[in-house]
Amino acid sequence: MSAVAAARSPRMNARTWDRVLIYGGAILLALWVLVPFYLIFLSAFSRPNDVFTYPKPLLPTDLSTETMQTFLGSTGVFASVINSVVVAVLTIVISLAFGAPAGYALARFTFRGRQAVQLVVLATKMFPVAILSIPLAVAFLRLGLYDNVLGVALVHSAMALPFVVLVTAGVFAGVSNELEEAAMTLGCSRLTAFLRVALPLALPGLAAAAIFTFVISWNEVFASSILTLRQRTLPALVLFALQQSPLYFKFAGGFFMVMPAIVFIFFMRRYLLNLWGGR
Amino acid sequence: MKRTWARTEELLPYALLLPSLIFLTLLILIPMVQALLLAIQADTGELTTRYLERMAIDVNFNDAWRNTLLLIVLIVPLQIVLALAMALLVNSRFKGHQWFLYVYAIPLAISDLAAGILWLAVFTERGYLNTAAQGLGIVDQAKVYLSFENFGGLVAAIVIAESWRATAIVMVILVAGLQLIPRDYFEAADLFGANRLRRTLYVVLPLLRPSLQSALIIRTIFAFQTFAVVLALAGRNMPVIAAEAYNWYANNRDAHLAASYALLLLALTILFTFVYLRVLGLREAEVKR
Repeated sequence: MSAVAAARSPRMNARTWDRVLIYGGAILLALWVLVPFYLIFLSAFSRPNDVFTYPKPLLPTDLSTETMQTFLGSTGVFASVINSVVVAVLTIVISLAFGAPAGYALARFTFRGRQAVQLVVLATKMFPVAILSIPLAVAFLRLGLYDNVLGVALVHSAMALPFVVLVTAGVFAGVSNELEEAAMTLGCSRLTAFLRVALPLALPGLAAAAIFTFVISWNEVFASSILTLRQRTLPALVLFALQQSPLYFKFAGGFFMVMPAIVFIFFMRRYLLNLWGGR
Repeated sequence: MKRTWARTEELLPYALLLPSLIFLTLLILIPMVQALLLAIQADTGELTTRYLERMAIDVNFNDAWRNTLLLIVLIVPLQIVLALAMALLVNSRFKGHQWFLYVYAIPLAISDLAAGILWLAVFTERGYLNTAAQGLGIVDQAKVYLSFENFGGLVAAIVIAESWRATAIVMVILVAGLQLIPRDYFEAADLFGANRLRRTLYVVLPLLRPSLQSALIIRTIFAFQTFAVVLALAGRNMPVIAAEAYNWYANNRDAHLAASYALLLLALTILFTFVYLRVLGLREAEVKR
């Protein structure tokens, strides 16, 4: 609230009420977001048989790692976690290798067709890419990419690419062009100026783009499920097992999928607004 | 020498963009054409409507598109309202508002599968909702919310889980939009004696319109793809379009029918975007934000 407004409100009472309303509302909405995390934590750190207890304990008085251990020891779970990580890392490499140069081009140059490129980026950001995994599965079968981590990573890269372009464009726009020009007058080529000046300054932002790409890939269900049979990622495995698996398996799987999210969003919270709100 | 250098400089942006554009052509444009072909072309090569016809008489077809639209109609407005509340609160810049922004954004990094499972722990018969409701004396005994007989329960659970998860995207778009509004406008409104409510209604919301519109479009498009949250909470008891596409490929190995459903999804997505742009009278510049 501005100083002018504060000075204009003579009754402290009204301001106090205002505060109570704002904090009360904010805390209520925060609880709405956080409580399900707490509940899945309780469910995942219990014993497999606890899914039958009722009423459920609401306080963490009887935690156990038995459910998580059973889940991680189940057939295929460990391999699927490895697959998920490999796919995510491949996705980061591919989408940054393709997307970062594009982001740099959008940040540094004015050229004909710039608007069109921006429109393409925007359209792909909203495009239901996962749906294309059905024709891609047919094509991948022929190319030997079906049931292959690289095939999944390619689709994930297509999904992540527009975000990588947007974030890197924002990052490079934040690194002053004059620094690069100064380096070039001092004898650097465009490439060395980029490598020695712009890139180091852009690294934190590029790391954020990488983290967000990891999240996109780690979470993706549809394409991973369609494109794999034995080389399943964790979400593909959990989805596949949904009908047959016991509740405790689902809860442990849910917790395991959710855990990285909280950490990752924390690390890239500064760039959140670039992803969806950005120009 | 100098001339070639200038020429390279001119071509450089295109060279930097080309790999991305080729990549997107290979993984989006060509598969899109192939999805169309899979839906209208038999393996022998002749054009046919038999897959589309087969889809239209499929037992789940009518339920699938009706449920998909029902979920969109229920989920999207709820998300816009919730996200607007979050965004306006964060934008009032109270002490610690950054932490609340972070908390509200966490579901951004959660898949619809995980969200479905999280809420399954709440809605299952021996779950937390029954525990809480019975503890408070609202129900005498545990109720079954997620069953074939309880369509309302299934819909409610899915709507809640999806609103919980995907409100974050809308919130981030709206917060970004609010930040573009110059603070002077708020102070001017204050000076003229507008209270918080009137300031929000007459100053903030009209200026936020472009962001609200793009949030509406993005969320609607994404809501068409709702599928894993439905499978997690309702299993096969609640067909939706994306889940049918998944089932026809993953369980029946029928790429033609799966592609038909995928094509239906694409067509609806494009149709809705077009209608939105028309009805809301958006100009290109506004969509870009």
